[in-house]
Amino acid sequence: MKFALFTGCVAKGATRELMLSTTKAAEGLGFEFVEMKSASCCGAGVVSEKSPLLADALNARSFSIAEKQGLDIVTICSTCQGTLKKTEAHLNESKEYKEKVNDILEDGGHQYNGKTKIKHFANILATEEGMARLKSRIKKPLTGLKVAAFYGCYVLRPSERSDFDNPDNPTGMEEIFEALGATPVYYPSRVKCCGFPIVMMNKNASLGMSGNALQDAIEHGADVVATGCPLCHLSLDSYQPEIELLQKKNQSIPILHLPQLVALALGYTPTQLGMDTHIVSTLKINQILSGSHSAAH
Amino acid sequence: MATFRIKRFNPEKQPEPYFEEFQLDIPHGATLLDCMNEIKWTLDGSLSYRMSCRSAICGSCAVKANGHALLACQRQGEHLLQNDDTITLEPLGNMKPIKDLVVDFTPFWDKVNKIKPYLEPKEDPPEKERHQSQEEFRLIDDSSTCIMCGACYSDCNTLEVDDNFLGPAALAKAQRFVGDSRDSKTLQRVRDLSEPGGIWDCTHCAECVERCPKPARPFDRIKEIMTVALEQGVHNNNGARHALSFTNSVKRSGTLDENRIAPESVGIFNISGLIGLIPIGLRMLLKGKIPPIFHKSIEEVDDVKRIFKELDQ
Repeated sequence: MKFALFTGCVAKGATRELMLSTTKAAEGLGFEFVEMKSASCCGAGVVSEKSPLLADALNARSFSIAEKQGLDIVTICSTCQGTLKKTEAHLNESKEYKEKVNDILEDGGHQYNGKTKIKHFANILATEEGMARLKSRIKKPLTGLKVAAFYGCYVLRPSERSDFDNPDNPTGMEEIFEALGATPVYYPSRVKCCGFPIVMMNKNASLGMSGNALQDAIEHGADVVATGCPLCHLSLDSYQPEIELLQKKNQSIPILHLPQLVALALGYTPTQLGMDTHIVSTLKINQILSGSHSAAH
Repeated sequence: MATFRIKRFNPEKQPEPYFEEFQLDIPHGATLLDCMNEIKWTLDGSLSYRMSCRSAICGSCAVKANGHALLACQRQGEHLLQNDDTITLEPLGNMKPIKDLVVDFTPFWDKVNKIKPYLEPKEDPPEKERHQSQEEFRLIDDSSTCIMCGACYSDCNTLEVDDNFLGPAALAKAQRFVGDSRDSKTLQRVRDLSEPGGIWDCTHCAECVERCPKPARPFDRIKEIMTVALEQGVHNNNGARHALSFTNSVKRSGTLDENRIAPESVGIFNISGLIGLIPIGLRMLLKGKIPPIFHKSIEEVDDVKRIFKELDQ
């Protein structure tokens, strides 16, 4: 299976371990991900604050690049996924608007025809075909690891643009965890916002949101949180020491990118997946997994 | 037989809320409100909730069903049944319960009043009505469909942690006046709305869009106010600086320069704001997570620059 990989900015910047682990996960799964090196930033719902038309034109240009390659787009960021789907909805809602955007693209040699599908990494795995492929390639099942999903709101809401069956109560990520041999932890905050979009505007509220989500995951028995969004990862991992100070609670719960969790089960080592670069130590995961592996022998 | 798990609360009798279960055969086609009425009329007359029109117009009967806010009269009971044949009902969130499913809307209305929900026209009242073109009306059509049910306010993720936030309903109502061609106070409105607790404290979670029973879709309206605020030059706040820094970064390189966006958002002359960035910066630096110092452009960035130019951005 071949996809055009829309990396997003954060996987090339502050969470380079996401890019690293995506490459490994794709390799282990036998997916061919072709990086879209000329695609621009999705705008993260921020460029559209300045100009909705500008944001849509930039994203339509990215769609056109994948269309020319004859490939569907895979995203590894919930925010990219939601933002690209929003542009797609705008373009498909109105023929006039689509023509207007295509006029803007024309001089660059691009055109949007609506032939490319946009799928988050979780959504290409959470299909019958994806699951079968995943299960057949697992080398080190994550037995004994209790994993709490943190979806990242952009892949769920508005629900009419979500690929998950029931965005208020999705099960796609948890099904992936089960296929990996891990135990999914269901908790109310898994579908909530991490607060990252307002960390520069209202830091205490932002950290309050991520802190409440972490506490909820811990209270429901999670060993680790796995997310499909690098912005959530920044909130939950990089800001965790400040969250602990603010909430006066020791949390120390490791946060993984979904491709890291998948690639662990495919047999890659934590170091190969950049897990040593996280702010919160991920050693606990190794201990749990080595415990269950040695118990199995 | 369906089980309704209803959160009960009567501070005159018991300080803490508790769940009580009621069994009911849901008649085919009955709305959730029909079911609540049936429980009240046949099983427990003391059950309290608000209701009036039964037609999704008055906005009285919003409650939380299975954890999410909705209008009880707009949804069929059968459709809300969970796998174990239960429906869990709770009062709306982010407001204090008064009794059972009735909550205190005072802060909600205070915030609606705060955004001056009335037209401040450009000139004295004319003899007849003020005309608007269809195009002008379309700009405020969606926000004017809001029925003030509080479903968005209940599930707003920012309000859960910061009750200073004006919230989605008041901000959607604000857009109805910010976007009104007959209003004279656009600049003052977007200045006020750019203060802490206003538009830039919205966390983009789109819960309000999901819960809104009408086309008002508050988050979409909040974004419209943001665009007007930026157009009007109201840039002296972190939210506006963030949007401008982000957009400029994409304009220069086609991608986001994460090393610049944080200091540019807090303001490069804002010493205390910059000091506040030091802990996260240091943590990221020590772990090698700081984005590359020399920010790289995407391939074919000239085409991105061309699009910016073509759109006068």
